[in-house]
Amino acid sequence: MKIMLGYASCGIAAGAAEVEEVLKKEINKSGIEVDYRRVGCVGMCHNEPIIEIEDDGVRYTYGNLEIEDVKKIVEEHLKKREPYRKKLVVPPEQEYDYFSKQKKIVLQNSGVIDPEDIDDYIQKGGYDALQRVLNEMEPGDVIEEIKNSKLRGRGGAGFPTGLKWQFAADTPSDKKYIICNADEGDPGAFMDRSVLEGDPHAVLEGMAIGAFATGADEAYIYCRAEYPLAIRRLNIGIKQAEQRGYLGDNILGTDFSFHVHVKEGAGAFVCGEETALMHSVEGERGMPRPRPPFPAQKGLFGKPTNINNVETWANVPWIINNGAEAYHSIGTEKSGGTKVFALAGKIRRGGLVEVPLGTTLREVIFDIGGGIEGEAKFKAVQLGGPSGGCLPEEYLDTPVDYETLTEAGAIMGSGGMVVMDENDCMVNVAHYFLDFTQKESCGKCTFCRVGTKRLLEMLERFSKGEGSEEEIERLRSLASKIKSYSLCGLGQTAPNPVLTTLRYFYEEYDEHIKDQHCRARICRPIITYTITDDCVGCTRCVEECPADSIQGEKGSKHVIQQGMCVKCGACFEVCPVKAVEVE
Amino acid sequence: MKREKHSKATMEEIKSKYPPQKSSLIPLLQECQNRFGYLPKMVMEDIANFLNMPSSKVYGVATFYAQFRLEPLGEHTIKVCHGTACHVKGADRVNDSIESVLNIKSGETTDDGLFTFERVACLGCCSLAPVMMVDDTVYGDLDREKVKKVINRFRGDSE
Repeated sequence: MKIMLGYASCGIAAGAAEVEEVLKKEINKSGIEVDYRRVGCVGMCHNEPIIEIEDDGVRYTYGNLEIEDVKKIVEEHLKKREPYRKKLVVPPEQEYDYFSKQKKIVLQNSGVIDPEDIDDYIQKGGYDALQRVLNEMEPGDVIEEIKNSKLRGRGGAGFPTGLKWQFAADTPSDKKYIICNADEGDPGAFMDRSVLEGDPHAVLEGMAIGAFATGADEAYIYCRAEYPLAIRRLNIGIKQAEQRGYLGDNILGTDFSFHVHVKEGAGAFVCGEETALMHSVEGERGMPRPRPPFPAQKGLFGKPTNINNVETWANVPWIINNGAEAYHSIGTEKSGGTKVFALAGKIRRGGLVEVPLGTTLREVIFDIGGGIEGEAKFKAVQLGGPSGGCLPEEYLDTPVDYETLTEAGAIMGSGGMVVMDENDCMVNVAHYFLDFTQKESCGKCTFCRVGTKRLLEMLERFSKGEGSEEEIERLRSLASKIKSYSLCGLGQTAPNPVLTTLRYFYEEYDEHIKDQHCRARICRPIITYTITDDCVGCTRCVEECPADSIQGEKGSKHVIQQGMCVKCGACFEVCPVKAVEVE
Repeated sequence: MKREKHSKATMEEIKSKYPPQKSSLIPLLQECQNRFGYLPKMVMEDIANFLNMPSSKVYGVATFYAQFRLEPLGEHTIKVCHGTACHVKGADRVNDSIESVLNIKSGETTDDGLFTFERVACLGCCSLAPVMMVDDTVYGDLDREKVKKVINRFRGDSE
């Protein structure tokens, strides 16, 4: 019997460490022999913490576990060999519809293997692709194969990967580098973290294949410092792969050598941009530079460099093992394969989902994600983080693909997909993203540095119920200039969240500036909290109010002093009888 | 979290691990901050000498990246996630509760030196939103009560 505990960051946050402690203790007490392992993200973050048991070839998934449940599982399933049905996510004989529309390539091993044990990866066919490449293929063949697979950059821009490799391979040089971009900075995105935590060897193997194809012998993985577990598992993975001869000098007895280092990022969103990232590795402030020269000609330390995102690298071994045709047949005409999305926000079943390119947004959000959590109605889905946009209901049948999403005003982006409902204010969301990009602008280009600040100030006025139609026009015109005159992707895409919300949710802007009304009741300057006659006088809100703005004796109705109220909503949250109203 | 005091000997030990070249700058700053909790002026000057670059350059890099701090941290660091998912699920309310419980604003440290409170962009635990991280532990599905409970637990630890 094999027992697996989901032990990625999200699992740990949900309590996997406590679950493990009890689980191990109970197993020891019972004296039953089991093969226990920690695995990466299973993808069902909404069910964490998760234990999976493989018993006689059948897989039982237990989710949303409390400590008592863990004891029950050991008692019922391990000792009596009876599944503990109460906490099964779905009965094993039934397919979980969360997975039925998914296709796992990048995530095939995540949640299945122990990411800290190279043998687990090898048993699943790991490093077969590298062996094949080194023994049977020429660098040119590998590039051809990747080109034919129609794999495109999963970092967001969607540049054909094979072509990128070709450019680096075609530049003659005594030294070339490979970079893995793991600076996953988009708020609302956690795909790369999960891949690195769940299957680090797939990324390392992909990088080794890329190095062979382009003629590189050294690589850097630039990973966010906020992902300590990913960094730890990468370092373990690199060490194990070196011991087995999959990395290092004379790999698998050939004359191909390849060394990988992990570089910790230091917290700058702009470092996701490739030239800024390279400056950061070199020890500089992470600021972008004009291209050309492209990294493939003059990259890290002035040498030709091929840089791809984590998810892109993780696709490579699968393509070599299964063939370009098989990969291309999964996606659309122009883009092969799958895309991993981090599904979060007001969604019933959030988590990590991998779907073939061309799947519609509706399928992802409603069929896989189970639709909106709670009673409220769907309003928008935000794709691509601060560089992307918010799409309304009419666009739910848009197939997920680089071109279609760009046409709609959003972008594929790295894969963050945050669902919003009626209780979210679109002016506030636009303000939120602008606030982010404005702070993260590196300051090099005037339009990005000053322009985003001016945009933010306009949005601040709108959310206070100030502003005018002319000001919205000014905002549009400034937004288009920021897009045109910024050097890198950060500035070029920064206005997208504002422009898409203006395009699809104009009436909300209109209500803010004309009627000083926020229909989602989010924008604090134009909402009012009042206490209704339902108040039972319990003084909970009086105690909780940080501004001491609520007056009232025990047993009598309380009153909010509007002039002192800071609109934090504390009273609204704590009122046991829902006697606080917000308008 | 235990923090060391910076001294000549620890600086020598740290520097001996890195080649004196420009690309060592960020890893050096990271290690110093991990061990001392922040980057004292003397440490930055020492690194500048070691790498043979003006200290203004070290300062420039240290202030460019959000990770580096020039002031000492409290014993525990509370990071409130302001990622998109947390934002739509009430990160502002979590922020407010912490401000009112600790009586400080983000970026500040409590008078007793116990907590430093920061806003961060995204911790990547979006399905548990809203979340915060205290030292290395993430706490999810937060509301006012849970925030208070967690902070009180840390207050108890230190007594």
